[in-house]
Amino acid sequence: MEAQFDDPILIKRYIKGDERALEALINRHNQRISSFIYSKVNDRGITEDIFQDTFIKVIRTLKKGTYSEEGKFLPWVMRIAHNLIIDHFRKNRRMPMYQGSDSFNIFSVMGDEKLNIEGQLIKDQIDSDLTLLIDELPPDQREVLVMRIYKDMSFKEISENTGVSINTALGRMRYALINLRKVISENDIILTN
Amino acid sequence: MEKIYSKEQKQCDLVQAKPETIQFLLNFSKSLEITEAKGIQFETNLN
Repeated sequence: MEAQFDDPILIKRYIKGDERALEALINRHNQRISSFIYSKVNDRGITEDIFQDTFIKVIRTLKKGTYSEEGKFLPWVMRIAHNLIIDHFRKNRRMPMYQGSDSFNIFSVMGDEKLNIEGQLIKDQIDSDLTLLIDELPPDQREVLVMRIYKDMSFKEISENTGVSINTALGRMRYALINLRKVISENDIILTN
Repeated sequence: MEKIYSKEQKQCDLVQAKPETIQFLLNFSKSLEITEAKGIQFETNLN
């Protein structure tokens, strides 16, 4: 069929329902249209995508019966492809894509500060171990430590709330930390993330 | 005089859409049906 008929005849046949006519049209112009797209985008994958989108538009227009015979088929298809290439570059300018290489990876410079799942599990474990250790402290030391670390209170506020002097609060905090370190080292507890 | 020939004779491959892409387009065409009702066209994809 390819060599036998000109484009207008193939188009008429296709509009009448002959699907083989479309195959002939695509095969006839495949190389020219693909090469045209490739010359602009320089990427095989993108060429393939734009080629596909071009012919989807062609198929829709022909099936809807809105194609006019005034212009020639190939220049019309080329114009569609050209518009889609422009759309592609516009879209990419709005959303530029960066690709890392072996020597430079963008994720080594920027990253998510959140812990990963493993890190979060370790942190939860450390928090719960630490809570058990704090519960073992004498009540006055525990009270000061909890107010300072977990409630973020100043030593002035702690002294006002507990009814002791700032120096006593500071001393209790110091002993709380010493005792915690002692228990941690005696029991070989590892509290690192 | 020494003649230097490039080892890669075929520097530029012809660019063509893959057979799968063409097949996709043919299937798309077969499945696409345009119906008209009261002057409005509707696209139906019978896939």
